[in-house]
Amino acid sequence: MKEELFVSGRNIPNIDPYLHVWHWQIPLYLFLGGLAAGILFFASYYVVTDKEKQMPYTVKWAPIIAPFALVLGLGALFLDLKHQLYFWRLYTTVRITSPMSWGAWTLMLITPMSFIWVASYMKEMFPNWDWKFEILNKFEAWIIKVRVPFAWIMMALSIILGVYTGILLSAFNARPLWNTSILGPLFLTSGLSTGLATIIWISKDKNERKLLSRIDLILILVELFLIIHLFMGFLASSAVQTEAAALFLGGEFTVTFWVFVVILGLAFPATLEALELRGYHVPAWVPPFLILFGGLVFRFVMVEAGQITRFLY
Amino acid sequence: MRYAMAIDTAKCVGCGDCVVACQTENNVPHGYCRDWIVETVSGSYPNVQIELRSERCNHCDNAPCVRCCPTGASHIVEGGIVMVTHNECIGCGACIESCPYDARYSHPEGYVDKCTFCKHRVDKGQNPACVDVCPTHCLHFGDLDDPNSDVSKALKNRNWKVLAPEAGTKPQLYFLI
Repeated sequence: MKEELFVSGRNIPNIDPYLHVWHWQIPLYLFLGGLAAGILFFASYYVVTDKEKQMPYTVKWAPIIAPFALVLGLGALFLDLKHQLYFWRLYTTVRITSPMSWGAWTLMLITPMSFIWVASYMKEMFPNWDWKFEILNKFEAWIIKVRVPFAWIMMALSIILGVYTGILLSAFNARPLWNTSILGPLFLTSGLSTGLATIIWISKDKNERKLLSRIDLILILVELFLIIHLFMGFLASSAVQTEAAALFLGGEFTVTFWVFVVILGLAFPATLEALELRGYHVPAWVPPFLILFGGLVFRFVMVEAGQITRFLY
Repeated sequence: MRYAMAIDTAKCVGCGDCVVACQTENNVPHGYCRDWIVETVSGSYPNVQIELRSERCNHCDNAPCVRCCPTGASHIVEGGIVMVTHNECIGCGACIESCPYDARYSHPEGYVDKCTFCKHRVDKGQNPACVDVCPTHCLHFGDLDDPNSDVSKALKNRNWKVLAPEAGTKPQLYFLI
């Protein structure tokens, strides 16, 4: 038997008995960041590959959501800060070893870029749109001219943004559940999948939906594959990581994770999408809704459970 | 220069003087602490062992809190002491998440706070407050590079361990066993 307790009565708010420094703001941000990364990735991908005409909703309409998601996410991040008046300190330095610094700078670039992207399609989406000022018209004309290189940059940044939402967590070796490099690709895949789900939800073009559903199906399979590998890795690892996995394999997060994330958020919508591709009628909003819901729950579960896992006490 | 602390677990009685001394010396807000005492009971009756440890920030050589800090507020000063610059800290919590010893907390004023090895005293050649008040003299502080320092002498003739070495942070609190 071994028992450890604080005899000095340590009971620091949000640290004891379990770490709970990050509340709803961080998982919500991770969700919105991943979602925006997914939308912007596919928008820029289809511009780079010159398929703008075939994918109108992916390239033009869906990206309208991205700046809103990013601004909302940034708002959540700001709310999470405890020393808010000093937030600008993020932008007085570049810390190569800190994923959060990388993320802050990536957001600094991709958020205005997402606004510019939407603005450059305003006239195509709303023919009566008028920028009122000549300088804005000139800027728009310039952006349209450099759209392909712009899309290349945005595609790269969206991948960094998507991976960063996972790496933010995996950089903390003190939290065994997070400390796995699979989290980067897993969060990226999940972000791309939630982004696609959003595009599929709003798209009214049948062929576009069909192609995107196929891609989404592949992404969900990759995600399931990565989740299985996540747990295989944990179970073959040190005691702290085996204990972290136990939270999901019989522990307190088992039902939430396997029912809401894996079954309702991945397996079930994937089955529905597969059926839809085979010609069955499935209400258009159901698979995207489930994927988005599963993605949100996934991030909440990972952030909550990760903070419980530890080395000591 | 490498400041470190050795804690004699055989001498510690868990009185909590170090905790109170720290709170007084550093004006630690009510309900918080920069150091604390852990009692570990192992074995089964009648073969039971008790270990008492006065714990605090480990001032790690490979400090994850410094690595994760997005603004550079968490940094290492001469002697290996890990410090937080209050007006550079944004209170994001990354360092708290990254610490395997849970040695950091959010100060009610917003910035992150933790043990400083009483740098303000050490700079004047004094010991940290916790070391000086310990009634059983179970805390030893000093420079590991100096063979005549209190901590070097304490570590010379005794077995010791560090906490969670598997976390890879190269902690600088040595527990004499």
